[in-house]
Amino acid sequence: MGFFTDTSVCIGCKACEVACKEWNGVPEDGLDFTGMSYDNTQGLGADTWRHVAFIEQDKPIGNAESGIDHAGAPGNGATDMRWLMASDVCKHCTHAACLDVCPTGSLFRTEFGTVVVQEDICNGCGYCIPACPYGVIDQRKGDGRAWKCTLCYDRIGAGREPACAKACPTDSIQYGPLDELRERAALRVEQLHDLGVEDARLYGHDPNDGVGGDGAFFLLLDEPEVYGLPPDPVVTTRDLPSIWKHTGLAAAVLLGGITAAFAAHGRSGGRR
Amino acid sequence: MSEMSEGNESRVTREGVQGERPDREARIGEGLARRDGGRRGRRAEKAMVPEAEFSSSYYGLPILNPPVWKSLDIAGYFFLGGVAGAGSVLAAGAQLTGRPAVARALKISSLAAIAGSTAALIDDLGRPARFVNMLRVMKLTSPMSMGSWLLAAYGPAAGAAAVLDVTGLFPRLGGAATAGAAALGPLVATYTAALAADTAVPAWHDVHRELPMVFAGSATAAASGAALLACPVRETAPMRTTAVLGAALELAAAKWMEHRAGLVAEPYRKGKGGRFVRAGEILSVAGATGGALFGGRSRAAAALSGAALLAGSACTRFGVFHAGVQSAKDPKYTVVPQRERLAAAAEPSAKQSAL
Ligand code: SF4
Ligand code: SF4
Repeated sequence: MGFFTDTSVCIGCKACEVACKEWNGVPEDGLDFTGMSYDNTQGLGADTWRHVAFIEQDKPIGNAESGIDHAGAPGNGATDMRWLMASDVCKHCTHAACLDVCPTGSLFRTEFGTVVVQEDICNGCGYCIPACPYGVIDQRKGDGRAWKCTLCYDRIGAGREPACAKACPTDSIQYGPLDELRERAALRVEQLHDLGVEDARLYGHDPNDGVGGDGAFFLLLDEPEVYGLPPDPVVTTRDLPSIWKHTGLAAAVLLGGITAAFAAHGRSGGRR
Repeated sequence: MSEMSEGNESRVTREGVQGERPDREARIGEGLARRDGGRRGRRAEKAMVPEAEFSSSYYGLPILNPPVWKSLDIAGYFFLGGVAGAGSVLAAGAQLTGRPAVARALKISSLAAIAGSTAALIDDLGRPARFVNMLRVMKLTSPMSMGSWLLAAYGPAAGAAAVLDVTGLFPRLGGAATAGAAALGPLVATYTAALAADTAVPAWHDVHRELPMVFAGSATAAASGAALLACPVRETAPMRTTAVLGAALELAAAKWMEHRAGLVAEPYRKGKGGRFVRAGEILSVAGATGGALFGGRSRAAAALSGAALLAGSACTRFGVFHAGVQSAKDPKYTVVPQRERLAAAAEPSAKQSAL
């Protein structure tokens, strides 16, 4: 099970952010004024499990025109402005780096294919935080443990949809079996392309990508990095064989070098 | 699930979507009119503006969540692990070749260093009381898990080697402990490089081939420095050689790493990370050269060189630590290499379609 977030219908109401905080009892995480359009949340972290990004661009969406006559105004009556809004969340990666590197087994894969932290086990080592290629999981200040989206493990276990999907008034956040969501997402991209929204594309839907496909994937209207998403994330443990091999090699060089030095010098009292 | 009859519940079932909201298929971008040619022409003109090398990121915010590790704890943990691990190998060598003062000093320094390293690791936990959870599972995919088990085996061996040497009790057991610590030592000194590399931090992950060599060299130089600092000149000749070997390996591997990694290695030359790396280079070269030239003649020169080697190794580890944090905080280091990778992957197919 997973999420399909269709950002083309997101209206930036932040109902998902609020619903998530309420349902999961996520504490307040500072009230900042950032000046980043309407985004004062800034990004995902220990106390933000859904984050709505706001991007203002000097460019229309597809063939959209306001219909208001701006004749005489610069731009020939065009309203070349679009607002991209996108609700970001933990991707629940098929190959999840956070889970791979967790030394306590606190992070685990659920029966729904999602990735969840067991808060009674996490010892706050912080390893999962720089391991996540998306910058999702983080340490909660004053608590010390790592926290992130659980895809409402408690709700979906009881046959309910996650709080964010439930609260989303436009169905920008859709919850369901991944293969069905992928099918529907492909149809939606086609529909948008037909409407002239040529920059519509899916992100994280491909099971052959660097993380084996995301359990939460997206329909975006611009490059991923514009939304603060990495363009080609790869699970760090894909290189693990090479990492261990080179670590072993370095250990062997250390041992060999020191042995050689002692062999060359011989017993004490001998050659200097 | 028929009991769920709330109005706005939408469900994806095998039979299709039920109760979806009307806006799901919103025909955004449909617009009122097709654009005319004149406007398209104007847009095309706009596209002539050359794109900045790196223009797109979300308000310049980092893509990754940077490590929350405290530099003193984690860079200190890397450094002390190196002093301990390489020290155990040197101690065994010294013992086998009849250099008891060096053997004893390094066994003690290894015990102190590994205790300090473990304390630093525990201090850095968000929940230090749950440290034992590290031994709850054994995971090859987690260098921190493997490292915890390694410390659990190495710590007692290093401890027994030191205590039995000082007390003179059970010499055969002491010999076995010394050998055991020496066998695990090289990994204790280098696995921390795997720990850093097994993350999404660009300046750590992308140098995963070279970083362990940097750590191996740095550890050897540091442990040799400890011997030069603590032991009489007549016994430290091999340690003056290993100091040179270690410093040379550390420097060569670091240069190779910076050369290979390109853009991602920039933090090793800039800012706090760059300053520490530079200081590490200078101190290591000074310590190794000083030890080689004067360490055999003057006790004071040997001690000074040893201190420089230890400080150099510590600076290198702090440099690596800060360079990693810097690279995680700037989205450029995450986005640009990934873009290049995508472009490189797309190239062959583009060539093919051009044919
Ligand atoms: S997005 Fe990050 S936190 Fe979420 S499952 Fe993937 S690696 Fe883990
Ligand atoms: S901080 Fe907690 S969840 Fe994250 S790796 Fe450490 S023990 Fe696992």
